[in-house]
Amino acid sequence: MINKSIKELSRMLRSGQVSSLELAQEYLKRIDKLNPEINAFVTVDPELTLSQAKHADILISKGHQNPLTGIPIAQKDIFVAKGWKTTCGSKMLENFIGPYDAGVIEKFDNAGAVNLGKTNMDEFAMGSSNETSYFGKVKNPWDRDRVPGGSSGGSAAAVAARLCVAATGTDTGGSIRQPASLCGLSGLKPTYGTVSRYGMIAFASSLDQAGPMARSCEDMALMMNVMGGFDERDSTSLNRPVEDYSRDLNKPLQGLRIGLPKEYFGEGLDTGVDQVIQQSISEFRKLGAEFVDISLPNTKLSIPVYYVLAPAEASSNLSRFDGVRYGYRAPEYNDLIDMYCKTRAQGFGAEVKRRILIGTYVLSAGYYDAYYLKAQQIRRLIAQDFINAFEECDIILGPTAPSTAFKTGEKADDPVAMYLQDIYTIAVNLAGLPGMSIPAGFAGNLPVGLQIIGNYFDESRMLNVGHAYQQVTDWHSRMPEGI
Amino acid sequence: MSLSSSDVKRIAHLARIEVSDEEVEETLKKLSGILGLIEQMQAVDTTGIAPMSHSQEVNQRLREDVVTKTNQRELFQSLAPSVEDGLYLVPKVIE
Repeated sequence: MINKSIKELSRMLRSGQVSSLELAQEYLKRIDKLNPEINAFVTVDPELTLSQAKHADILISKGHQNPLTGIPIAQKDIFVAKGWKTTCGSKMLENFIGPYDAGVIEKFDNAGAVNLGKTNMDEFAMGSSNETSYFGKVKNPWDRDRVPGGSSGGSAAAVAARLCVAATGTDTGGSIRQPASLCGLSGLKPTYGTVSRYGMIAFASSLDQAGPMARSCEDMALMMNVMGGFDERDSTSLNRPVEDYSRDLNKPLQGLRIGLPKEYFGEGLDTGVDQVIQQSISEFRKLGAEFVDISLPNTKLSIPVYYVLAPAEASSNLSRFDGVRYGYRAPEYNDLIDMYCKTRAQGFGAEVKRRILIGTYVLSAGYYDAYYLKAQQIRRLIAQDFINAFEECDIILGPTAPSTAFKTGEKADDPVAMYLQDIYTIAVNLAGLPGMSIPAGFAGNLPVGLQIIGNYFDESRMLNVGHAYQQVTDWHSRMPEGI
Repeated sequence: MSLSSSDVKRIAHLARIEVSDEEVEETLKKLSGILGLIEQMQAVDTTGIAPMSHSQEVNQRLREDVVTKTNQRELFQSLAPSVEDGLYLVPKVIE
């Protein structure tokens, strides 16, 4: 049961082989058993979950047609959900109960999906290992001494350990794709503006984008059909016609031009990861794809640019946490300014504070041109690299992360080493392009993710490419031992 | 660009985050490492390149100026650390 696709489960729900209530109970049982160690969920609320499941059973009995109806999923704890504790991995929001539903939550509710709970994450989505969460580290189900990646590490671990059928994530610099890679699942960051940011707690608003994390591309297409679409409450939501993301899943790959950026296969790439990617390249050849060498010359600059722009936007976004209207307030202070300073010193963790300080510095008087403006100029060069590349190819392929999952604590005290984890993912956010990671094999018993980058609004094609690969390989259906 | 301890204190004050004297040294070390990384940008000639603030060149939408939300003062106040008579309480700022 736990390794079935959304389509299969949906069929079973409709034929009455299983009820949504039974499914939810089964997954809650699994969470009860495995979550104390893996720590993928920060909040479970069986009462809320089971009432949603009962409602889904009624919808199914009335012939409700959405494939997600009655499917138990998990929501990253960055999405505000009415009646659910919404912490964003921070002490700042430890006791915050969502007063409304985020756009994404609302869409899944309307589809009749069942929420199993809120998943752990790096604090305010700032991290690549899930070690910055106030609610404790998440363990990688493939090797519990290792990190699941981040920031959507709780969602990734939950899907990998089959504690839910699928989950949501958010990706500002790789936070869906890198944990998907490290935990052996499929994860998609759509084109910026495709999924509503309403009620998704903001980190860097010009980069943040939500997407699905699931076993397969087929499951992700069904998730995207629910998640995607215009939301007038998000000022950067794009008003485009509704898409069926599963429409191209079964197209042949004959003649597809796949670009291999030389910058993604150089120094810094683990040899085990490289070997797996090379094997996947031969698979795609067999499927009829053609390969072209391309260059994304400004790849290296994406990290410095990101670590100016993202902290700058974060320093502004996180100024709302001041201990006045919601969230944590320091117990003792002298005056108003002191209350702000102590509240924020005590409520935020070390990495969040570092990024706010960097952001404040690069935006401060006298430094704006040298840092912020410069970074925005190089951002254009990075985006232009992709525009040029897509004149020669339809899709770009490479590794998602430079290595497999690293040991817990290995990079925890070295922010710069941690930032380099995102060398292959960050440029995609800066350009606003869609990017995806799918499982492509193992290096030393640890999953390796293959990254597929598409042109703007080309998610259907990316899912087609991934689905074709998943028809001839079974990496996506492998499960870790002991779950 | 190298930072000093007094820079850290100044930035922390601008960011409204208290950094104790004991934390300054470590914060300085970590921030300097990150700024070292950021410094790589300075080698790039960006003369004449228009800054890119957003990936989609779209304008902000306008909507009808009509009431779309209901007042939920009580619900929102229930989330606040300190309230009285429908107001948010903060330390006294005017003598």
